Amino acid sequence: MTEAKSQVNPRMSQEAIPDTAEERVSYLAEGHTLKSWLTTTDHKRIAILFLLSITFFFFCGGIAAALIRLDLLTPAPDLLSNDGYNRAFSLHGIIMVWFFLIPSIPTTFGNFLIPLMIGARDLAFPRLNLASWYIFVLGGLATLATVVLGGVDTGWTFYTPFSSTYSNGAVFMALTAVFISGFSSILTGINFIVTVHKLRCPGMTWGRLPLFVWAHFATAIIFVLATPVLTIALVLVALERVFGIGIFDPRLGGDPLLFQHLFWFYSHPAVYIMILPAMGVVSELITNAAHKQIFGYWFVAGSAIAIAVIGFMVWGHHMFVSGQSAYASAIFSFLSIVVAVPSAIKVYNWTATLHKGDIVIDGPLLYALGFIGLFTVGGLTGLMLAMLAIDVHVTDTYFVVAHFHFIMVGGSVSAFFGALHFWWPKVTGRLYNDVWARLSAILIFCGFVMTFAPQFLLGYEGMPRRYHVYPAVFQPLNVMSSVGASILAVAYLLPFTYLFWSLRYGKPAGPNPWGATGLEWTTPSPPPKHNFETVPIVDKQAYCYPVGGRGEQSRPRTQKADDDG
Amino acid sequence: MNLYFWPPQASLHAEHVDWLIGTFGLLVALLAAPVFILSAIYLVRFRYGRKADRSQREAGNVWLETSWAVIPFLLVMGFYVWSTRIFLDQQSPPDNALTIDVIAKQWMWKFQHAGGQREINELHVPVGRAIRLTMTSQDVIHSLYLPALRIKQDVLPGRYTQEWFTATDTGTFPLRCAEYCGTDHSVMGGRLIVQTPADFARWQAQAGADRSLAQRGHELFDRLGCAGCHGGNAQGQDAAVRAPPLAGLYGKPVPLADGSIVRADDQYIHDAIMLPNKQVAAGYKPIMPPYGNVLDEEQVTQLEAYIRSLGAGGGT
Repeated sequence: MTEAKSQVNPRMSQEAIPDTAEERVSYLAEGHTLKSWLTTTDHKRIAILFLLSITFFFFCGGIAAALIRLDLLTPAPDLLSNDGYNRAFSLHGIIMVWFFLIPSIPTTFGNFLIPLMIGARDLAFPRLNLASWYIFVLGGLATLATVVLGGVDTGWTFYTPFSSTYSNGAVFMALTAVFISGFSSILTGINFIVTVHKLRCPGMTWGRLPLFVWAHFATAIIFVLATPVLTIALVLVALERVFGIGIFDPRLGGDPLLFQHLFWFYSHPAVYIMILPAMGVVSELITNAAHKQIFGYWFVAGSAIAIAVIGFMVWGHHMFVSGQSAYASAIFSFLSIVVAVPSAIKVYNWTATLHKGDIVIDGPLLYALGFIGLFTVGGLTGLMLAMLAIDVHVTDTYFVVAHFHFIMVGGSVSAFFGALHFWWPKVTGRLYNDVWARLSAILIFCGFVMTFAPQFLLGYEGMPRRYHVYPAVFQPLNVMSSVGASILAVAYLLPFTYLFWSLRYGKPAGPNPWGATGLEWTTPSPPPKHNFETVPIVDKQAYCYPVGGRGEQSRPRTQKADDDG
Repeated sequence: MNLYFWPPQASLHAEHVDWLIGTFGLLVALLAAPVFILSAIYLVRFRYGRKADRSQREAGNVWLETSWAVIPFLLVMGFYVWSTRIFLDQQSPPDNALTIDVIAKQWMWKFQHAGGQREINELHVPVGRAIRLTMTSQDVIHSLYLPALRIKQDVLPGRYTQEWFTATDTGTFPLRCAEYCGTDHSVMGGRLIVQTPADFARWQAQAGADRSLAQRGHELFDRLGCAGCHGGNAQGQDAAVRAPPLAGLYGKPVPLADGSIVRADDQYIHDAIMLPNKQVAAGYKPIMPPYGNVLDEEQVTQLEAYIRSLGAGGGT
């Protein structure tokens, strides 16, 4: 009996733990009917709705990825036909970009945390927030309709005139899906901007905002300014496809490159929509793990804004071989190097934050470190791609595939999981088993590197992207990549098991299990419907951790209550 | 199965690109090293529960931050200059380059040599000679990718793009489509065959074109009845009233009806045939019918070759 007991992790119990007093009055207890969820205007509940929806799409996109990697085990087309393969990677891209990565952190953790972090009771426009979710779901249904109609084979980039004239997939439905989801982004962006401007509690000056909020403010600006351009571009493709109005197809007097300019004017800033919130998460995770003030608050906050602004001026680096002017290419190359500077500042600042810290190495920190490592590789290979002479050789090859997966999957998804683990106790009120969290963080990192590192080499050796059939010399590296992908798949499933487990068996978290600063940790876990009983007043900088190390109140999280060494 | 880690280098440009990525890779590793090494050191030294000097923590240091923003940037700028020069050199083929027409269509590559030799998915070129590929697409966007030469250029419908190279090694190298173009994108490839000049000459003879590209264009010109307006063999006097004469046109400035002036290059001639109302020459009525639905891109390049052969001021 005692033996069995000692093996039980203190974060877990064998018996389901009944609801705590906090849980009985939390936002989760405000109605248990489906209707109470579907008509809620509580930012926390809407965040949960988004979390469930994007998790669903993450698995849909993941299934398409699994098909792709399985098929690429051999050079020959065995599992899928050429058309089937083209549909698989198109669906993978469309779902992962617009129905997972773009909304991922902002609509879930941004939605949940921004009001809590700035001491507000909700976002500025709660009903608009709910509308954003419904629009997103509508867009998601249109995506599923695309699959039912036979899929789409344009790739997520919808390049003309292939998409507008030649493709015989369900292009119109796919365009509709992305078109609709754009409005969800715009509404969320507007909501965030107004909220940060108008709803900060007394004392929460711009200089005291958590970096997570700064990152989301920058993201919201991109949401609002870039998304309409994509919307317009998609409408123009639809006009040409349905009505034959010549815009992009040269046979109708159009210009195919015009589409690429419009598309990348959105889609390059969209990359920063995916990475800026992740950077915000990592700033929170690193400072808390190190129990220390961020190194260079204004540099980190300012670099988020700089990325958002300069990010609008680099779209042409996707078009170095497209036939655009060589001099334009030279300027875009220069600007692409400039936009890397604020990212570099952030990475160096996170490293400096660890200096003289009081570092607890646990699940959330491992995810954050995974982000930093993978983002650094992704960012620096991005710098290689900014170099014209290198880009001409490796653009449209697996080198690019590896590069952007390092940023978007290695970076953003790692940060998403880091956020999930860090704020799980706040969202659900329960603690999970950190041993499993650390294990899955390490597994995700290793599986990821094994999947995508070989693709850099494949690309430099000359394997173009979107190749279903490939020369036999590329097989060993492809096999390695596919094996890594299967590890990655298991690693991504792991957190869902122990996190779900924790809902029933996890120990109650208490308001602040990590000893973190930040207003969200002053509320009960899970927070009550209106977040704060009284309006909080802020009189300190963000991340004001005590200089003398961790006090009694801020017991580090991995230490068991009864464990001294 | 033979494993290989580096693609073959078949030109000086390929060597330059490899040197660039190699040395730039070193710089990039150097910039990343502090992040990985210092993080690891800090994680060990400042781990919770470990005694360490945690006094005098800094919450920021403007000089330090400015220097780690500016110094890497300047180092990278050095490579920017180098890389951009390699790229710009690659934009202007030498005048004596041998021009080969490339027409891409779903899902094959067609090549037309000036001598009239035509090949599909195989491109024969002589070693040591600058080769200029003038490329266009019959349908969607493709991209001609020659990994052994480290070059790639998108091939657009309705437009000519070009890439050039001087192969330094003989042999057979892969040729691939790099821009996604539909169903059989991944099998839209072929071989670049670099031969010694003697072998190339033998291949040219063997490939046995009975007529040169310009001669094919001349035939087409006659068959389509272009001479009815553009002058019998471009020399008729009466006809010149209805349409501009073509002799001596190539490369000359052409005043347009809207007052602007364009140079009569391949693109202009292409558009004048396919979309004649796009740019109407000054002094003529826009009466020429568009040939966009009549001719394919191969035939247009043949007509261009014919018009080029009329040269400055001469007949056939």
